[in-house]
Order: sequence, then structure tokens, then C-alpha cells
Amino acid sequence: MLLNKTIEPSDKQLSKEDFVSDQMVRWCPGCGSHAILNSVEQVFPKIGYKKENFIIVSGIGCSSRFPYYVNTYGFHGIHGRATAIASGVKIANPGLSVWIATGDGDSMAIGGNHFIHIIRRNMDVNILLFNNQIYGLTKGQFSPTSPVGTVTKTSPHGTIEHPFNPGELIMGAQGTFFARVTDTNPRMMTDAMFEAAKHDGTAVIEVLQNCIIFADKVHASITSRDFRDDYQLHLQHGQPMIFGKEKNKGIRINGTKLEVVTIGENGITLKDILVHDQYSVDPGIHLMLAKLSAPEFPVALGVIRSASFSTYDDQVVDQIKTAKANSRIQCVDDLLNSGDVFEID
Amino acid sequence: MSKNTERVELDNVVVKFVGDSGDGMQLTGTIFSDSAVKEGNDIATFPDFPAEIRAPHNTVAGVSGFQVHVGKKEIHTIGDLCDVLVAMNPASLKSNIKWVKPGCTIIVDVDTFDEKAFDKAGYSANPLEDGSLGIYNVIKAPITSMTKKAFENLPDGFKIAEKSRNMFALGITLYLFNRDPKFSLEMVQQKFAKKPEIAKANKLALEAGYSYGESIEALHSYYIPPAKIEKGKYRIITGNVATAWGLLAASERSKRPLFLGSYPITPATDILIELAKHKSLGVKIFQAEDEIAGICSALGASFTGSLAITTTSGPGFSLKSEAMGLGVMTELPLVIIDVQRAGPSTGLPTKSEQADLYQALFGRNGECPLVVMAASSPVDCFYAAYEAAKLAMEHMTPVVLLTDGYIGNGSQLFKIPKTADLSDIIPPIATANDPDYKPYRRNPETLVRQWALPGTEGLRHRIGGLEKDSTMGTVTTDPLNHELMVKYRADKIDKIADFIAPLAVTGEAEADLLVVSWGGTEGSVLTAVKELQAEGKSISHAHFKHILPMPKNTTDVFKGFKKILVCELNSGQFVNYLRMTHTGFIYHQFNKVQGLPFMVTELVNKFNKMLEE
Repeated sequence: MLLNKTIEPSDKQLSKEDFVSDQMVRWCPGCGSHAILNSVEQVFPKIGYKKENFIIVSGIGCSSRFPYYVNTYGFHGIHGRATAIASGVKIANPGLSVWIATGDGDSMAIGGNHFIHIIRRNMDVNILLFNNQIYGLTKGQFSPTSPVGTVTKTSPHGTIEHPFNPGELIMGAQGTFFARVTDTNPRMMTDAMFEAAKHDGTAVIEVLQNCIIFADKVHASITSRDFRDDYQLHLQHGQPMIFGKEKNKGIRINGTKLEVVTIGENGITLKDILVHDQYSVDPGIHLMLAKLSAPEFPVALGVIRSASFSTYDDQVVDQIKTAKANSRIQCVDDLLNSGDVFEID
Repeated sequence: MSKNTERVELDNVVVKFVGDSGDGMQLTGTIFSDSAVKEGNDIATFPDFPAEIRAPHNTVAGVSGFQVHVGKKEIHTIGDLCDVLVAMNPASLKSNIKWVKPGCTIIVDVDTFDEKAFDKAGYSANPLEDGSLGIYNVIKAPITSMTKKAFENLPDGFKIAEKSRNMFALGITLYLFNRDPKFSLEMVQQKFAKKPEIAKANKLALEAGYSYGESIEALHSYYIPPAKIEKGKYRIITGNVATAWGLLAASERSKRPLFLGSYPITPATDILIELAKHKSLGVKIFQAEDEIAGICSALGASFTGSLAITTTSGPGFSLKSEAMGLGVMTELPLVIIDVQRAGPSTGLPTKSEQADLYQALFGRNGECPLVVMAASSPVDCFYAAYEAAKLAMEHMTPVVLLTDGYIGNGSQLFKIPKTADLSDIIPPIATANDPDYKPYRRNPETLVRQWALPGTEGLRHRIGGLEKDSTMGTVTTDPLNHELMVKYRADKIDKIADFIAPLAVTGEAEADLLVVSWGGTEGSVLTAVKELQAEGKSISHAHFKHILPMPKNTTDVFKGFKKILVCELNSGQFVNYLRMTHTGFIYHQFNKVQGLPFMVTELVNKFNKMLEE
């Protein structure tokens, strides 16, 4: 399947082995990053581009070792700047499928500025945002997504700052694609990655990831076996938003708010349940979905938003094409001899 | 020109037009200098504007100026002091009187000299009447009222007269210099081609000013004979535009697409503005969200095979430090252009100095060498930018090119080159499916690694800021490997000395005094040295364009002189660098840190003193 006309497809069927690196993977045993790596190696051959057309760019942090562990072109950058480096990669060569591996600290603290601007520009890249709510590589300090009151080495009395909800930030920056997945659900991850590759524009996938050493089980209230059915809302485009062990709970809109209802109670039928439209240009419902949080609500997972807008990199190409067709200046000698030039003899 | 009472022939003159921001002084000066060129003179110009866009009307803070140096010989500087000052209001007179030579001519718009304006300018009395201008030849021209008079038959004449006063003043000045007004009239027509009414009004004002000049009995008239300029095709170019064009030429000759990642900052923004115009040449421009994104996007583009550029000035240069280190570590080509301004911190944004040299050489964590070069004049910016791009790509390294506000905004006559005559640029691009490709395998002669572009079959690899194995490029903390890589990175830069021009000496190779300069001060230092050489003094000049690495013959050159004097617009950064790298000499120094260029006279005085001691 050809996803993007500017990126050359592979002429043969690739497999996971084509992307497995010979480098030793040095994440802690049990770290959620292993599952993300496995999903990427699974999905790249399915995406179908030539293996040389993939490039992974990263910043600094545990997540950002990612490029070393995948056999593609890779650029391990500096803290917070993966999105800026990747912008240059994509603008300079739109024929590459650009993937960014970043964490909650890398993208939302030190790299917050570049993160919102790449989204605002709708650069055609895919961002894997490993959100473990902690700084892992520096050994356990709170991050911009740590909940209020989180006790860490640098917040011994609990944090006193409000965390970012990545989805809310992304939509505030006019994001066109946002998916949220858990590191415990490989299928959900590969599906979202495939959808991200399909999307023209900045696609952010927030992976609720577990840091087994410094923030173990921070997502357990959503991901553990006991809670996952009642606290995960798996979104599927065109399908009603139903969840729960008995598949009888749903989300409906009441006035200007979303609420949880039970089908069969108080006259509620399937018809009352909201149907997911991931392609809606208006981000209103998408934002409400991104903000749903336990225990009042289930957490929305899957592709929350995938709206179609023109991309920055396409427009760069278009402007150059137009300028080339219309300008008298076609080479540097033309330029040097243009305008006010005179002979001295 | 019938009523000329006296015609004085001059080798060169300095004319400065000054007025309130918005009085059109930049345009007036540009037209004056362009028409001088049309009549065969050499020129150098410099716009002198305030940091504020529109400071309060008629205040000293709001004064904007344009200085033109015109001559019959080659002109290397914008000139020390003015022979003619055209001042459109009291504030501009007040802030510029210190730059006028005694006995020279000052033309003022006398209509603007009222109590309110004195007060705003900070004058306690009318300077035209209190005797303070006794040593000057002051022409009190009623410029505003005469322009209004010339416009009385035009609809809205009084209103547009206010906007055309500058052309009236230009008319007087053209007359003063025996210029044929036709070139200026043509330029006005060109400039306002899309606004015929404005063009008409401006031409009317210019002609009226010219006629007014004829009517002033006491006016000296000057004549500057044509310069002996090499035959050929010319244009006038500013340093910032020349920088942009040098990069475009390098992109074309290397067949590497140009990518500029940049963030606006004075006085470097004009390079970004200029390159943004040339999408027809395939240029990709990314106006980033900040300085860091500017350089990081450029590194990303460089990885994919572009000639990658980032442009900035002092404070922005600081912000780019970490990414410059990444460029050194990943050994990717990158040109960082720092149009220096006076610092530290925000400093004097519209004034110039050479104080970023230490930062260019040493301002990064770890041992982090890269190429440092400096352009010496507005025209040299073209060639320096070309060479910076060539060295970056051929040697796989970041290159810092230092220019400055004076040469960036200043302009000169530019003999138009043919791009085919520029030297070849051959980047070391790796071939697809090369079985021997290793990310950090080096050319044994130059220590340069290959440029393997994403998308190429058979060359997948990873680079990054972590220390790499000296061949395979895999991450390693091996102590000996690290030491080897530190040495490779330094030696690679040192070996570039084999590829740069040797240090040239203007004058005798053995003499009493060698004057050393670098970067944008070449013009003033050279002019001063030549003045003394003409007097038969034992003095020579050596100018550095390459700072890291330095020309290999530097020590040999220095050996020929009894004394060495290093002149620079900082407290002694280059001289200390010489003390560190080229030991065995006693270096004297001459420094100025006022946000101003050297004056030829102060250099001449210093050199004479050194020769006498």
C-alpha cells in the first residue's frame, strides 16, 4: 500500500529482520520502551517504504536512544531539539519517512518550544512520545507530565506544578493528528503507528509507558488487568464509544459536556452514544476526549484526531515550483547580472 | 552649472545625510552614492540607523543617517569624518556635528529650527545663531518651505512636500558636487515606478533643490574626477547580500541544495531576507521559532545532503553553541554566519565590534574545534561565504564565518564574477551500496569522513552527539577511542591549513613595523598603512581571513619584522590568540571597543608612534 506519494516504496516485501539492529539494547529489563521498539520493527515493513527511506531522529533521554536500536538512518540529537532537527530533515528531503522518538521531558520541558511549533506548522513527521511521567536517564526527577504531588528526589515534599496533558497541548497547538496508546497493548501501538504514517502532517502518538525503576505503575490504574476494561475507551472511527467489562457503558454528550452512561439504564440506548469521528476538522470533541481522566471517566485510547490540512513541507515544494516557473532568475549568473548592473570602461 | 563661483577638485569626500527616522535618509544616501558610481567614482557606504524603528520625532534617539565615501581612487573605508553633512533637523545636527571636519560644509533645513525642536534635540539655544558653528561653512536652506513652494500647484502638494524634503536636499547636494541629476532622476523613477504620483513629486523636489543650489552665490562646488577602476561589469552590493549570493553560488557549484535555518536578529536578518527571495534557485528557507531551532534544522538538512546554513548575531550565536558542538561531533558540514554586533548580551545591536572571536574559537563544551574565518569587506563577504561553504562540505565540518554590522550593512562596488570561474566544490559523498562504507572511516590525507545521505541504498547508519567508535561510528565510552577521536577532530581542522591561501603581505616582507588585522577592519588598516608607505615609512600590512586554522606561513611572515602591532575592535582577542598559537614574538596591540570602526587618522597616529618609539 502506497501511503505517501513523495516517499518511494520498497520493491520487495520487507520483514521485521530488515529493521532489527545489531546493537545491544540497553534499556532496563521490563522497560516499556522494549515494547515500543518491537512495534516499530513490526510496523515499518508493513508501511512499505524502501528501508533506506526511514529516518529516526531523537533528542536526549531514555527514549532518545531509540535510533541506535533500529536499523534505519538515524540522528541522535541534543536535548529537546529532535523536532527541530527533524524539521530540517523533512524540509530538505520530503522523500524520507521521518520518525521522532522523544520523551515527556525532552519534548515538553526543554523542547517544548520546538514541539508546539512543529505541530503548528504541520510538518509531515511522526512523533513517538514516550510518556512515563518521570526523568529516567537522570535517575528520577519529576517531569512536566508528573501528577501534582508526585514525590521524587527533586520534589521530596511533592510537586506543586500542574502537569501537561499532551493531547490538550497538541490540540492547543493546532495539531492535526493525536493518538494515545499503552505500552501494554502491541496491537494498539502498531495500528496507531500505521495510521500516523498514513496521515499527512505532524502525527503525535503518546505512549503511556512504564518506567519500572523510577515511576513503576504510574499508568497501572488504566493498564492493569483489574482496571483496563472499565478505564480504557478504545476509539475506532465510525464506531460508538463503548467500554466496560460488559461492553454496556458509553460516552454521550450532555449539553456541553461528556458523560458516562450505561446502556439499558434510564432509557439509554446505543443511539444515544457518541460515534467517533477522528477526521473531524473541528477539534472540539477530540479535545474533550483527550481530557477524559480516571476515575470519573475512562481514558481515551487509539486515534483521537486525524484531520486533514496542508503540510509545511508540501508548501515549501510548491512555492519553489512556482518560483522556478515564473522567475527570470534561473541560475546564480542570472542573479549576479540582474537589476542595476553597469559597465565601467 | 553656469553660476559656479569656484570649483574645488577633490580626491575623495565623505558625505553624510542625517535626519529623523522616516525622513528618507537611507534612500537619499543610496541615490547619491549610486549616481556617483554612474559618474565613475568608487564608493563605500554605511547606513547608521537607530535600534528603534521610530523613536520619538525629532529626538537624538531617532536620528537615522547614511554615510557615503566617494573617491577617484580605490575606496576601502566609509571615511573618518564628513566633508559635507546634510542635516534635516536640529537633533540630527546635534548628534552628528562631532563627525564633521572643521571648515567643512553643513547644509541644514532651516525651517525645522524652532524652539520646540531645539528643546527636543536638547539644544538650549539656536545653534545656527549662537556662534557654535563658527568653524563650519553652514548653508541655511529653507528646504521644507521651498519644497512646499515647488508643490503649490500639485493636489495635496503641502502634504506630500513633507515626504519629499529629502529629494530637495539631495538636489542641493548633487549640485554641490557637480553631478548630472539625470542618473538620480532615473533612480527615483525606477524606485517609484509603481506610484507615478510619488515619482513625479520626488523628481520635482529633486529638480527644485538642484535649481536652488545654482542660486546660492556663496556655494563652493566640488568635483571628484572619475576613479581608475578595472574595466568590467559592476553593481553595488552590501555585505549581507554578498554573503547570501556567495552561498547561492556555492550551492550551485557543489550541486548541493541550499537550506537556511535562521531566526531574525539585527544585523544579520538581511541575509535571511535576501535568500528568501530566491526560491527560483531552489533555496529552502526555514524561519525557525528560535536560534536553536535555526541551527538544529540546518544540521538535520545537512545530514540529508544540503548545503546547510544558519545566520545570526552575537546573542543568537551564544544560543547556538550546543548545536555547534553536535555539528563538530557528527562531523557534518554547516556554515554558521555571525554578523557581529557590539556586546555583551543585547549590547549595542546596531553598532559593530569584533568581540565574538573568543566565542567562535572556544565557546563550546569539550574540545570542540571548528573552522573560523572572517570576511574583510562587503564584497569579500561573497568570496568568504563561498569559501566557508566549500571548506564545510569538502572537509565535513562546521565553519564559523564572522562578518560584522559595518561590512554587513555597508556597500561597495562589486565586479561581477562568473560562477564558472569560482573554484570547484567536491563534497565527499558516499556511493550507494559501497561495501566498505563505515560512518567514521576517514580519508587518510585529510581525515575527512564521507557524507552518506539518507535514502541511499546500502548506507544506513546512525550519528549523534555521543562519542563514536573511530571507524564504525557505534556508541562507545572506550577511553583510548575517545582520546583518538579528540585528536582526529583537531587534526582534521589543522589539515585544512593545506587548502587555504597563505598570508599575504602588503608592502615589504622585511620592515620596521608589521600591522596585523583580521575581519572587517581591513579597509581602514590598509588605507592607513598605504598612507604611511606613500610617505616612505617602513611599514607593512598582513590581514587574516583564516583564523582557525591559520595560514601555514604565518610565523615566517612575522619573522621579517622588528615590531608587530595587532589592531582589532575588541580588547585584544586575536592578539592573545596569536600569543598562544605563534609564540616567540612580542605582539603590540591597538584596540577600540566603542561600537565604532577604526578611523584612518587614529591608526596613522598609532603607527607613527610605533615607528618613532
